[in-house]
Amino acid sequence: MKRIEDLSVKNISWLNSNSYVLELSGTKAIPDILPGNFAEIRVDHHPGVFLRRPFSYLDVDEKNNSISFFVKVVGKGSRKLGTLEKGELVNVIHPLGNAFSIPDNKKVLITGGGSGIAPFIMLGRELKSRGNEITIITGGRSSEDILFSEEFKAYGEVLCTTEDGSLGEKGILTEHPIFTKDNFDFDLIYTCGPEGMMKAVAKIARDKGIACEASLEHLMACGFGVCLCCIQETTEGNKCVCTEGPVFNTNDLKW
Amino acid sequence: MVDLSIKIHELELKNPVATASGTFGYGEEFTDFFDPGALGAIFIKGLTLKNRDGNPYPRMAETASGMLNAVGLQNKGIEHFIENIYPAIKNYNTHIIANVNGSTVEEYISLTEKINELDHIPAIELNISCPNVKEGGMAFGVSCPSAIAVTNAVRKVYDKTLIVKLSPNVTDIAEMALAVEGAGADTISLVNTFLGMAIDAETRKPLLSTITGGLSGPCIKPIALRMVWQVYQAVKIPVFGMGGIMNAADAIEFILSGSSAIQVGTANFIDPQISLKIIKGIEEYMERHGVENVKELVGALED
Repeated sequence: MKRIEDLSVKNISWLNSNSYVLELSGTKAIPDILPGNFAEIRVDHHPGVFLRRPFSYLDVDEKNNSISFFVKVVGKGSRKLGTLEKGELVNVIHPLGNAFSIPDNKKVLITGGGSGIAPFIMLGRELKSRGNEITIITGGRSSEDILFSEEFKAYGEVLCTTEDGSLGEKGILTEHPIFTKDNFDFDLIYTCGPEGMMKAVAKIARDKGIACEASLEHLMACGFGVCLCCIQETTEGNKCVCTEGPVFNTNDLKW
Repeated sequence: MVDLSIKIHELELKNPVATASGTFGYGEEFTDFFDPGALGAIFIKGLTLKNRDGNPYPRMAETASGMLNAVGLQNKGIEHFIENIYPAIKNYNTHIIANVNGSTVEEYISLTEKINELDHIPAIELNISCPNVKEGGMAFGVSCPSAIAVTNAVRKVYDKTLIVKLSPNVTDIAEMALAVEGAGADTISLVNTFLGMAIDAETRKPLLSTITGGLSGPCIKPIALRMVWQVYQAVKIPVFGMGGIMNAADAIEFILSGSSAIQVGTANFIDPQISLKIIKGIEEYMERHGVENVKELVGALED
């Protein structure tokens, strides 16, 4: 069940010049949160920021009643949240949206571009606990964008691409040599990142007959299915990314 | 104890706070946050005869103190509503009011006739002011003859409370209000959204797929308040006022300007419990000002 509550800023740790981890904690037990879910965070007292901002959970710490989000600064809202002091209250509606499917004992590929890696820390842990064999590829413009590699190494093989070649393979994510290997064979592919990247991953998956789940990020006003602004065209008509997503089977998308 | 109840035509509202069509779904979406039965009324998401997919993405843009939307009346049509949604919401302890849309007068009539058969819907809000559809919608609400024609036609087939929702995109709002009053409206609701647009200077592209959309939020409040006041002066029927109400003080301003009841819209997106807070806030205001009955505040603007 979703809820609305004030949580306090526990910590903000900057990872590079334009992204940080926002950690919030409360006094009550945190709700049940699944990999792929997101929260709508209100940014108070800031001119030009009117609506809440949606963020995927980066991680959940049930023992300490805390949750964290990976935030990339893209505008006024994300910039303002990064300036909050420890102890300041933040109003949160959560958990929202659907979740990734979690198979048992399968071979899976996770593809995360830029800030699209956010939901994969939780997903990786869950996949590993269910006996899956995991390969993770992260892509970015430069080495500065390749984050959480240490965390991902605990789950399986970690690969990366950078457009400037400063880390891993040079090029965009789908240019990684793994995609052209003869033995490229997975039961399920997960993708989250820029739409062009997700479409390219979805195409590879479709060509090879592999199931693929994408987590979409659309502009939304409410986050709980009433404004009908965040729609995605699907084979069954327009669906709300906030309530019928954010995770979609890419075969259902008109990509 | 203060008395928040108010009668609008034949509708007995337990309090003057309703939620605006298109911002509260069918009520079900809010049950995790509060009991919709606490509200004076719920104006449900706009209905059409047939399924409508609405406009392409992107259909929303945040603006200074507000937002633009170009949803375009996405809904699955009246039959889907009657079969799948109405049974779940009909017993809410509040009035469910249907927002009725058509692209022709005939469509407005057919839809109204179907809704008329639903016992738990005591009123309709005739939407002649949606700015986001190519046919019908606002086209009916920006000229007096067409507003009169559609109101007249629906009045002939509907005996329950008929609310006509006006567009603010007109030169003279009082003239429109008088026109629909003359055509048989029992009450008026205003304002729908203001036609606006937003551009990304970097890409030189519009932010909405439809280029223009409807502006809502606190940025429209002073204009909406002025229009409600003008309409209140002009007509004898009661008014549902709305436009950028974010808190109880805003709601009271609308009541003072002549609204018998108010609708909370865009604020529902930011704080889904806001209507409940507004009801409590009105109560506190009345206690603080020694007002026993909320009716005393309607149009009670002082010089």
